[in-house]
Amino acid sequence: MSSELRYTANTQLEHLHARYTGTGHADLSKYEWLAHQHRDTLSSVVGHPTLTSFLAIADGEAIGRVKFEMTERMLQPCGPPPKKDDD
Amino acid sequence: MHLYNLTLQPPTATTQAIVGNFSGARQQEIIVSHGTRLELLRPDAQTGKVATVIATDVFGSIRSLAAFRLTGGTKDYAIVGSDSGRIVILDYDPKTSSFVKLHQETYGKSGARRIVPGQYLATDPKGRSVMISAMEKSKLVYILNRDAAANLTISSPLEAHKNAAIIHHIVGLDVGFENPMFAALEVDYTESDQDPTGEAFNNAEKMLTYYELDLGLNHVVRKWSEPTDPRANLLVQVPGGQLASSDRFDGPSGVLVCCEDHIIYRHADAAQHRVPIPRRKNPLEDPSRGLIITAAVMHKMKGAFFFLLQSEDGDLYKVTIEHEEEEVKSLKIKYFDTVPVASSLCILKSGFLFVASEFGNHFLYQFQKLGDDDNEPEFSSTSYPSFGMAEPSVPLPRAFFRPRPLENLVVADELESLDPIIDSKVMNLLPNSDTPQIFAACGRGPGSTFRTLRHGLEVEESVSSDLPGIPNAVWTTKRNEDDPFDSYIILSFVNGTLVLSIGETIEEVQDTGFLSAAPTLAVQQIGADALLQVHPQGIRHVLVDRRVNEWRVPQGKTIVCATTNKRQVVVALSSAELVYFELDLDGQLNEYQDRKAMGSTVLALSIAEVPEGRQRTPYLAVGCEDQTVRIISLDPESTLDTISLQALTAPPSSICIADMLDASINKAQPTMFVNIGLQNGVLLRTVLDPINGQLTDTRTRFLGTRPVKLVRVQIQRNPAILALSSRSWLNYTYQNLMHFTPLIYDNLDYAWSFSAELSPEGLIGIAGSVLRIFQVPKLGMKLKQDSMPLSYTPRKFITHPGNNYFYMIEGDHRVLSEEATAKKLEALRQQGKRIDEEVINLPPEQFGRPKAAASTWGSCIRIIDPIEAKTLSVINLEDNEAAFSLAVVPFSARGGELHLVVGTAADTHVSPRSCSSGFLRTYKFVDEGRALEFQHKALRIYDIGKKKLLRKVENKTFTTAIVSLATQGSRIIVGDMQESIQFAVYKAPENRLLTFADDSQPRWISAMTMVDYNTIAAADRFGNVFVNRLDPKISDQVVDDPTGAGILHEKAQLMGAPHKTKMLAHFHVGDLITSIHKVSLVAGGREVLLYTGLHGTIGILVPFVSKEDVDFISTLEQHMRTEQGQASLVGRDQLSWRGYYVPVKAVVDGDLCETYARLPGTKQQAIAGELDRTVGEVLKKLEQLRVTASGF
Repeated sequence: MSSELRYTANTQLEHLHARYTGTGHADLSKYEWLAHQHRDTLSSVVGHPTLTSFLAIADGEAIGRVKFEMTERMLQPCGPPPKKDDD
Repeated sequence: MHLYNLTLQPPTATTQAIVGNFSGARQQEIIVSHGTRLELLRPDAQTGKVATVIATDVFGSIRSLAAFRLTGGTKDYAIVGSDSGRIVILDYDPKTSSFVKLHQETYGKSGARRIVPGQYLATDPKGRSVMISAMEKSKLVYILNRDAAANLTISSPLEAHKNAAIIHHIVGLDVGFENPMFAALEVDYTESDQDPTGEAFNNAEKMLTYYELDLGLNHVVRKWSEPTDPRANLLVQVPGGQLASSDRFDGPSGVLVCCEDHIIYRHADAAQHRVPIPRRKNPLEDPSRGLIITAAVMHKMKGAFFFLLQSEDGDLYKVTIEHEEEEVKSLKIKYFDTVPVASSLCILKSGFLFVASEFGNHFLYQFQKLGDDDNEPEFSSTSYPSFGMAEPSVPLPRAFFRPRPLENLVVADELESLDPIIDSKVMNLLPNSDTPQIFAACGRGPGSTFRTLRHGLEVEESVSSDLPGIPNAVWTTKRNEDDPFDSYIILSFVNGTLVLSIGETIEEVQDTGFLSAAPTLAVQQIGADALLQVHPQGIRHVLVDRRVNEWRVPQGKTIVCATTNKRQVVVALSSAELVYFELDLDGQLNEYQDRKAMGSTVLALSIAEVPEGRQRTPYLAVGCEDQTVRIISLDPESTLDTISLQALTAPPSSICIADMLDASINKAQPTMFVNIGLQNGVLLRTVLDPINGQLTDTRTRFLGTRPVKLVRVQIQRNPAILALSSRSWLNYTYQNLMHFTPLIYDNLDYAWSFSAELSPEGLIGIAGSVLRIFQVPKLGMKLKQDSMPLSYTPRKFITHPGNNYFYMIEGDHRVLSEEATAKKLEALRQQGKRIDEEVINLPPEQFGRPKAAASTWGSCIRIIDPIEAKTLSVINLEDNEAAFSLAVVPFSARGGELHLVVGTAADTHVSPRSCSSGFLRTYKFVDEGRALEFQHKALRIYDIGKKKLLRKVENKTFTTAIVSLATQGSRIIVGDMQESIQFAVYKAPENRLLTFADDSQPRWISAMTMVDYNTIAAADRFGNVFVNRLDPKISDQVVDDPTGAGILHEKAQLMGAPHKTKMLAHFHVGDLITSIHKVSLVAGGREVLLYTGLHGTIGILVPFVSKEDVDFISTLEQHMRTEQGQASLVGRDQLSWRGYYVPVKAVVDGDLCETYARLPGTKQQAIAGELDRTVGEVLKKLEQLRVTASGF
């Protein structure tokens, strides 16, 4: 592979990652992966009317409250990120 | 195995509702989304009743709806955001009564994904553009306009993306005719994802951002972005902009930001105003709980506007803004009324409020007043320093109100909704019923109900009165052609006729010109103002001046049957001759010169009504004793010639020709149907070809055990046929399609239309010696519901093998039990606090129960008598215990006596799942062994001892939580919350409980049933239903292994059980299935799988009998799929929708196939041609599949 091609392939990949949030890559940490999973799941629950109804019944809350709390949880679904070792 | 999926009752939950002039007429309509279905409702401003105009399956999941109107337009369009990755603009076409897809723009992948727009929609109030947004990052703006030919146009999308931003809500700002602007509530997660200390997360700001669409540059810019309250959840548009005619401002523009406990008025470069959300003054309320607004609606009147906001408790608040030009002076909030918690609120210009409840029935309320001058405390931003924004991060002092019954609103109409169905049973318990009923536990919280659903139309009886004898027929008639209502009721007895006149009261009259000494065969208002009576000896033609022209039968003969319409009379004589009369232009009844000899005794006759603008109807149907029906011409060219003949399987008892509209046959005009009732209780329906008089397209239906009587009646201004046998049936047109449904009413011997001032569209019938006047109010509802209230959300209910009672467990999270409530009140009283009894005693069905902290439970066990629909006894659980499972169990230590075992848990925490202790409560029926028990994490077998249950065996391998159990013999089927279905076996000799087979896929089981010993039908949480089967060889092997040692030492496969089940069928229903039953729905019919869904769906899966049927219907489905490909209202591909999570396997989508009836004639023809059938044959096959399996 010529250096030029490698260069373009990488920018394309970076471009794709920027465009499609949630796409994994080789250097993805466990925490990042998990946060993506949780955000995907939470947004999918909010997006399916039957699932929000189901959770609202189980938890004894209004559907509006369930949607709100789910969306709030998307901010940090798995707690704070782990401390970086290299610093 | 091949299954046919058919929805019997579509979902009734409303996820969103929008209001607009969708038909372009002056009247406002409401479009509601039922998740997978769109329905157009039309509220009648006079009567306050809501009628369904159309309802269509969209074969996709609707996530958002918005109405918009182009500037200067008179018609609203609906925009739909769904999981199809497409934005769709729909137009309701009143001519064809259907939704027409005007535009469909693809922007992303299908599915409810995080960054694919579709979750939120916001429109510019002037109808110039629309924003569609995802949960995160993506926002697209489309420009809407009209072209030279005034057609709606849509631009290519403009991006307004913001990376790493979670979007809470978007709304269109009212800026008049300046550049369209959208407001979004966003949170950026970049920093909190990077900061391990969690400080960035705690300081994360929720931003209110304005996006401006620059129409000149065709470009979207982020105009303004400011942090707002971190617990904001909803934005509401505030009117703004100047009127073109005056320079007065409509409002200040900007948005209301609804936050937890507060409402903030916000606009760029303007002062903020903040008011608290008033809370209920209830001593039981949890003061630490925040309160959010979940639904909001803005209403503009001439020169004024107000908002109705609804809290999660259901309280409505009226919010008003005082402003001078664009400057806000104050923001005010006050309590308005309490209605059910809504998913959407719609205010109609005619003074109605439509509340689409999130659970339970939907309501239409009428405004009595707008809460302008009552004593309700009002909270204004001016009473707080800096309009409540002195310290934005500190909450304002709490505001309170006293909840009270409705004062400003009054209920106008209630739309029944089964949503949510949590459990159900299908059984035939009611006396005099040959079809099973569906018993459903519906609803949530204190509004829960136990409902009995019966297939049939509801009948409203208005009069029931005893008669001196037993009449054999009844008629009603007008005096003149133009009379709006009927004047006489004519009752025919064995030896006489009774005439009653309808006025203020109903009383007997003598001087009508009718012969009272003989029975009557037919009554007709004939010509302009004459009456006609047919009796065995002749025909009396009573003219307007009471002169009677009588035609007498020849000596030795009598009239045996007769049929009449406005201009024609046909009678059959005992000598098997037909005599034909026609009214001439002078109003004289003339006999046709020839009589027609039939050769066999005539049993039934029928002619249709005279078609509009014609002299006569050209066909007569004659049913003879030789088991034939002949069509005879009444055309002047060929009078009394036999045209066609149809052989029958039994002698006919009644014939009825009616012109009815059935869009599956002819969309433009009514089709002439010949209905033939036979003496063996079978009804034949054939289509009479208007050109050649041939009978085609015969369909049969078994109605009951008695000979069928047929009567032509009027239902909702359309012709319908009442068919009377051992059950009464109604054949009618609803939404342009023909339906045939039983009436839930006493058996009738005879019936006729009845029209009077009080009941303009009634029916009159006789049952024995009782005369009844009744109506059929709701044609759309094919399931009649009778409901009974419950106290908490029903969880499960079971039957007892020995009696007809149901045992139900109910439980609610975040609710104080009665005992805890009493304790808390007592404690408060002892502290010397004054308690407002009125507020404490408000009915919980309407106001809900005060929300308690998490892990607080209210729960009870209830015994229900389903026949009487009443509660026999209730056991309330105390000490924060809640019931989760129950079973009727025979204990061999007690001689096989049955006991009710209820699994309960104390202090249950929902997430993460935990409890302080779990119990098995055993109840004796009165007033013990081996039992199967259901406990989270472990499955155990218990035996009963003297004082307590003794543990027998345990298997702790189940991964998540067991949600469902079924047994047959020693086999136990276990439904796991995440790990699908597992097969276990109890080996008594060694006292082992072993899992020997499971599923290769993870499944979040929500319901299951055993189809046979090796086959399981189950459903998962994502709306899929599937059938799994265990290899019979393995099954035999397990059965033959006496100790289970073989299973115990087998090698585990794929980290699970040694054997795997095979999936036979799979289908995505679109609703979360809560129960599945294997039942037969028609007497002597085949067994089908009936399922109920959380959103109120009731559907069936019918196994195909022959390979031919499978081939035929699958090919039809394939053709329909190509057809629907262009027609799906949300642009979702049907095959990918039905295969949402797993590809469809061996299931045909019956709902899709049935849309064949609505296709244009040419397309129907083309598809039928491909299948080598006629259109009639295809329709007949579809109807047959539905009727033989469900009777619906």
